Amino acid sequence: MDRSSTLPALLEASDLVMTFGGLAALMDVNFVLAKGTIKAVIGPNGAGKTTLFNIITGVQAPTEGQVRFNGDLITGLKPHEIAAKGISRTFQTVELFDNMSVLENVMLGRHMRCRSSFLGAGLSLPAMRRQEKRLREQAEEILEFIGLAEKGRAMADSLPLGERKILEIGRALATDPELICLDEPAAGLNETETEAGAGLIQAIKEKGITVLLVEHDMKVIMNISDEIMVLNYGEKIAEGAPAQVQCDAKVVEAYLGDSECLF
Amino acid sequence: MLVFKKSPIFAGILVILFLPLAASFVPALGSYPDIMVFAGIYCLITIGLCLLMGYAGQISLGHAAFFGVGAYVSGILTTRYGLNPWLCMVTGAALAALVAVAVGAPSLRLKGYYLAMATLAFGIIVNIVFREEIEWTGGPDGLIGIPGLSLFGFPLDSITRYYYLVWATVLLAFLFTINLIQSPSGRALRAIHAGEEAAGAMGVNVANYKILVFVYSAVLASIAGSLYAHYMNFINPAAFDLFFSIKLIIMITLGGMQTVWGALVGAVAIAFLSLEWLHLFQEYEMVVYGAILLLAVVFLPNGLAGLPAALMEKMRR
Repeated sequence: MDRSSTLPALLEASDLVMTFGGLAALMDVNFVLAKGTIKAVIGPNGAGKTTLFNIITGVQAPTEGQVRFNGDLITGLKPHEIAAKGISRTFQTVELFDNMSVLENVMLGRHMRCRSSFLGAGLSLPAMRRQEKRLREQAEEILEFIGLAEKGRAMADSLPLGERKILEIGRALATDPELICLDEPAAGLNETETEAGAGLIQAIKEKGITVLLVEHDMKVIMNISDEIMVLNYGEKIAEGAPAQVQCDAKVVEAYLGDSECLF
Repeated sequence: MLVFKKSPIFAGILVILFLPLAASFVPALGSYPDIMVFAGIYCLITIGLCLLMGYAGQISLGHAAFFGVGAYVSGILTTRYGLNPWLCMVTGAALAALVAVAVGAPSLRLKGYYLAMATLAFGIIVNIVFREEIEWTGGPDGLIGIPGLSLFGFPLDSITRYYYLVWATVLLAFLFTINLIQSPSGRALRAIHAGEEAAGAMGVNVANYKILVFVYSAVLASIAGSLYAHYMNFINPAAFDLFFSIKLIIMITLGGMQTVWGALVGAVAIAFLSLEWLHLFQEYEMVVYGAILLLAVVFLPNGLAGLPAALMEKMRR
């Protein structure tokens, strides 16, 4: 039996439809993401994976349908409001703050967990200075966790791609999320970096954070996911444990137009 | 650049402190305190503009209008109603803040350069109002008889006294802004500059921060306008036109808008150029400003304030 079905739901998407003009990017997508699990969303290019992410994180509002997080309706909320509910993300094309240091990037991730009054900051009130020190320490802890402790003072744009991707995950972790959405964390990475990334995602799960993952690297997905959801042309064509999805006739057809097991 | 280094501040304070004394002994420096009053007034505007443009990445082409709002509110309320000048200054700043919300809110909720266009139009409209509402503003002839300022009964009636008032205000604005930059709010502004989508995903209320920094810069410009009106005792619309908005952009580009120091350096440099050194070009002055802007963009990507670091880098190689 699927063990994730016994866990409480963290995120529920119901009847999601997203159309751009006449083009349907998502058609009646339903799924439940169980607390504390890793779910991977796969599918050919243009299947609607990034659109799904954008809807969950509030970048786009769906044409129809709802997303509930911890039972609360979050569709229609702004990205920063959804972030405050406990959903954080990374981007397919790494979107770091290149005008800041590595440490500052992570500190910015703590933004909504701290007080940020314009006046208090300008007057440099003691409470603000203490908070700044605490933020720095918290950010250093996160850098330690993701293995970039030595790079704190470097500018974010000076890091190689592998470390940029890791830093983006660290920045997302700094928001204290319940759910972290990772958009192709292994894209463009070599094998060693990919393995380190997969290890990090496992460690994030062990912290009790739920992970939703878009990825093309099948080795990563098969190894770390509890569940896989397959999208094709905006429709969900399969969902289940990795072994189950692997041999699903529809999935194999979508990928290969053939009828053997995938991967 | 982000480290709060105290020594340049103290050096700056010393120079500012002793300039009037030096000017009284060295005839060649005689006009410098007067020029530095204007420079300080420009600094107040460029400090806010630098936070808005250099840090948050939002372009305003209409800050002369906020400068004008402060000047005209102070001018009209003191000459017509005899109100306390300090009260007028606060009123002007409050009005500038309201206007900034009205102009900024619609355009700052959108991504892209809408603020630049909105402020360009706003600046032109406000200047037309200054010229045409003759009954209130005195029209193209301007307002005369604006009283000077006094502090706790102590009249700030000499250049030197006004000089210290202006530069004390600049120091306060500078320190406030430096503190702000090294706080969660300052990081949020830089994050918005680097990527609005990522900033939003990290929980930064992007629209609110953009409006807030725009309001802050408008308030500083308005206070500068009030100080200008009380120093000149006379204002006319020409001082608040589109060209002055452009001149402010030239100031922060020349000085370097990546740091607040750049705002100060650029404002002082342009004040001396425009009030002392560029007179010999007469009607070609505009061309010189164009050349300065061009040269600064091409050769000084971090402005004059970034020059020492750039030179050190070159020496090391």
